Amino acid sequence: MSSKKVPERPDTGFSRRGFIRGVGVSGGALGLLETETEAAAAAPAAPATVGPGEVPITLTINGKPVKLTVEPRVTLIDAMRNFLDLTGAKRVCDRGTCGACTVIMAGKTVYACSILAIDAQGKSIETIEGLTSTAGLHPISKAFCDNDAQQCGYCTPGFVMASKGFLNEHANPTEEDVKHGLGGNLCRCGTYMGIRKAVLQASKDMKGAPKNG
Amino acid sequence: MANTPDYSWPPMEKRKVIGTPAKRLDGPIKSSGRAKFTSDLKPQDMLYGAYLTCPHAHAKVTAIDISAAEKLTGVKAVYVAAAAGTEVHYQGWEIAAVAATTEEIAHDATRAIQVQYEILPHHVNDSDLANAGARAKQGGETVTGDPDQAFHDAEAVSEGQYGIPVIYHCCLEPHGQVIQWAGNTINVWPSSQNITGYAGDLGQHLQVPATNIKVKMDYVGGGFGSKFSPDAWAVVGANLSKIAGGRPVKLFLDRDTELKIAGNRPSAFAKIKLGGKKDGTVTVWQSHSWGTGGMQATQGPQQPYVLTKIPNIRQVHTNISVNAGSNRAWRAPGNQQASYLICSALDDFANSIGMDPLEVFKVNAQYAPAARVATYRSQLDKAAELADWKKLWRPRGQNGNGPVKRGLGIGFGAWAGGGHAGKGRAVIHPDGSVAIETGTQDLGTGTRTVIAQVAAETFGLPLSQIKVVIGTNDLPPDGASGGSSTVGAVSTTTRKASINALAKLYEVVAPALGAQPEDLESVDGFVRVKGNPNKSLTWTAACRKLGTTTITEMGENVPRQAAAEGLNSQGAAGVQIADVSVDIETGIVKVNRYIAVQDCGLIINPKLAESQIYGAIIMGLGTALYEERIMDPHTGRVLNPDMEFYKLAGIADIGDIVVHLDIRPEHDKRGVIGLGEPPAIPICAAIGNAVTNAVGVRVPHIPMTANHILAALEGRNA
Repeated sequence: MSSKKVPERPDTGFSRRGFIRGVGVSGGALGLLETETEAAAAAPAAPATVGPGEVPITLTINGKPVKLTVEPRVTLIDAMRNFLDLTGAKRVCDRGTCGACTVIMAGKTVYACSILAIDAQGKSIETIEGLTSTAGLHPISKAFCDNDAQQCGYCTPGFVMASKGFLNEHANPTEEDVKHGLGGNLCRCGTYMGIRKAVLQASKDMKGAPKNG
Repeated sequence: MANTPDYSWPPMEKRKVIGTPAKRLDGPIKSSGRAKFTSDLKPQDMLYGAYLTCPHAHAKVTAIDISAAEKLTGVKAVYVAAAAGTEVHYQGWEIAAVAATTEEIAHDATRAIQVQYEILPHHVNDSDLANAGARAKQGGETVTGDPDQAFHDAEAVSEGQYGIPVIYHCCLEPHGQVIQWAGNTINVWPSSQNITGYAGDLGQHLQVPATNIKVKMDYVGGGFGSKFSPDAWAVVGANLSKIAGGRPVKLFLDRDTELKIAGNRPSAFAKIKLGGKKDGTVTVWQSHSWGTGGMQATQGPQQPYVLTKIPNIRQVHTNISVNAGSNRAWRAPGNQQASYLICSALDDFANSIGMDPLEVFKVNAQYAPAARVATYRSQLDKAAELADWKKLWRPRGQNGNGPVKRGLGIGFGAWAGGGHAGKGRAVIHPDGSVAIETGTQDLGTGTRTVIAQVAAETFGLPLSQIKVVIGTNDLPPDGASGGSSTVGAVSTTTRKASINALAKLYEVVAPALGAQPEDLESVDGFVRVKGNPNKSLTWTAACRKLGTTTITEMGENVPRQAAAEGLNSQGAAGVQIADVSVDIETGIVKVNRYIAVQDCGLIINPKLAESQIYGAIIMGLGTALYEERIMDPHTGRVLNPDMEFYKLAGIADIGDIVVHLDIRPEHDKRGVIGLGEPPAIPICAAIGNAVTNAVGVRVPHIPMTANHILAALEGRNA
């Protein structure tokens, strides 16, 4: 069992590498790495042309439609942080390794640094900002406090969202499950012992809660 | 001063808040994503900065043309950091920077800058001493006793060569700041370990008086020793802001540049020869160590580490300069290297005479500073007990019948800690609200929380009633958070300021209680005559007697007085044992258990203290198992300035960690010590010895990757 994040493979015709090729930035590092075969395999059938200038888009974030204008090359993490002031998710490695930018999109746990904002349209995006209600902390956030599962706190929002995605799929995890399920996020302060306990506590505290509650 | 108040800590059995596992105060705001780190800020009209850095390991800038960048729509400032004629000494060196209305435009603009370089010869190999040529600078040899005679007399001699590489800090929040330079005033929001010292340092570079620089930081995403000074990017960011007419500029390093230039830990390699007796006693130490800190020279690891009283010593260190980013303090600077070298050599000596290394470590603890000999021996026994050493340890390579072999290994460390110089202010308002104000910072160590706990204890109030104000440079000055000196300092300044403030309150309240001020105490929310609950006022009623006067009293930590006062002191020893399994066919290491026994002085919050030790070990496990800066000798470039090929440990990689905090009255009496660094020291040593014990041959080079382990098994030089 695993809740490892799968890089989003959108079928709408856009991807970060697809876009870079699409606008002819052939000198980009990504372009150089591609082989003919890979390029052919990844090529969308008939991409609509968008950009390279700014385009208006609508994202559905925490249940609400949000309009913004971004260049098509802007990633979801940069759209959230630079254009919407949703700064809970962090940009750390910026290439799909560390999980600091984790959000839940269309029910799947994803790295927001590896998705273009224009590709996130029409999909329900859950961010850490959507977790806290007037009733107080979400049980996962609370469990992180109870078990001292954070130090500097920079990786924490990503871990909380990854934990939520994991618990959505694994309501009764063992500690071994947690170790595998949260392998897609990294912490530098070394808070993993607390995180293991926090996720197990949250799984108990969330019993009976609605899946997306 | 007539009477110096009694600032001493309350006795262990009387403490109500100190010593309790209170939850960290900033937990909820962080775990809900609402904490605004500096890199999250976006003040009005803010511009996005981006750097252009040098792709070459060593070059001279011969021409730079920024005109195309300046013409791009949205670009508001371009600043040249390395003008024509500048010699650039490593890849990632800052050439120019841009500020623009969006991050995308800023990056476009850096690509539009035309730079011509004259490529110069480079050297990036730090492990091969023989071929370092003029890049190697040997220091003076130091000799104690008579090493030659001691080797002649030795019953046993062991030799080995060991290495521990350059690693990155890899703070998750990169280095940088938001900065605004308008007129003769600067507003700066840094990501820093040194809020109080920041303005003075920056002001010197910009010729702006420190009084005109406002510094503010609420949260910092990791520092680990790499974020003490404003750095070049603050100067560059300020200049971009000035060029852009005073608009604030956010300039943070991207991950690639962060890893290349924002600090690293120096490497250390050594040939070590030990002589001694068949009972395990080492009598002579000889070492030649070398390593690099980039272009800067480093002191080299202290040798022999901790066991400084070995009677006969010959040691020398050689610096190798390489074309790569400069080293910075890395969580217990020099100590991981030193610990790795001596613990590996001791383990090899034990193996050469067929002794259990636990016994050899215990015998040689005699060479530690006198006050620590008994501590190390009892810690070795405790760690061995927790690790089940007597049952699980086997001689090298004999633990397991199949390809998976088990191994145990020991490491030790020592650190000073103590409290840096600093001041704090306690404020009691007439409405009864209380604040502690000090120019410190909370790196995630729990500084806010321990300040509140000390104040709550001293005022006899609940934790929730204490407001902690930190993170700006208009507060009473505190020191940089380095050397594990913060908790010692802020606990002392808070304690003293709170007692001084209470003394003022008692002067006002005493008449109403028909007592002398010195007869009052503040307990459980009441100000009362000592031991007499019938003669009391509630805290709120007592404070109301202040009328319109607010009490503000200072408390100061003076390091040279600290030992006499007993509030904080220096010196923390620790022993750790790693228990690993290694597949000798694949070279893959699995950490089974990891034991840490740590002496710790007075613990203000055992939960936060335990978290510090967990964190130090987890970070250390990453360095022991995976982390290594890899340089390409042909191009001089860094091959892994990212997080997929520079691997940090993940949640499944760390085994089960057992922390034993040695909380005892005799340790408690030493006051507060600081735990950020001491437990971060022994991990490479313990893991290296455990892997060696498992596979049966010395694996000399950290990290314990499959490559290094299989090379050692095949008899190749790793």
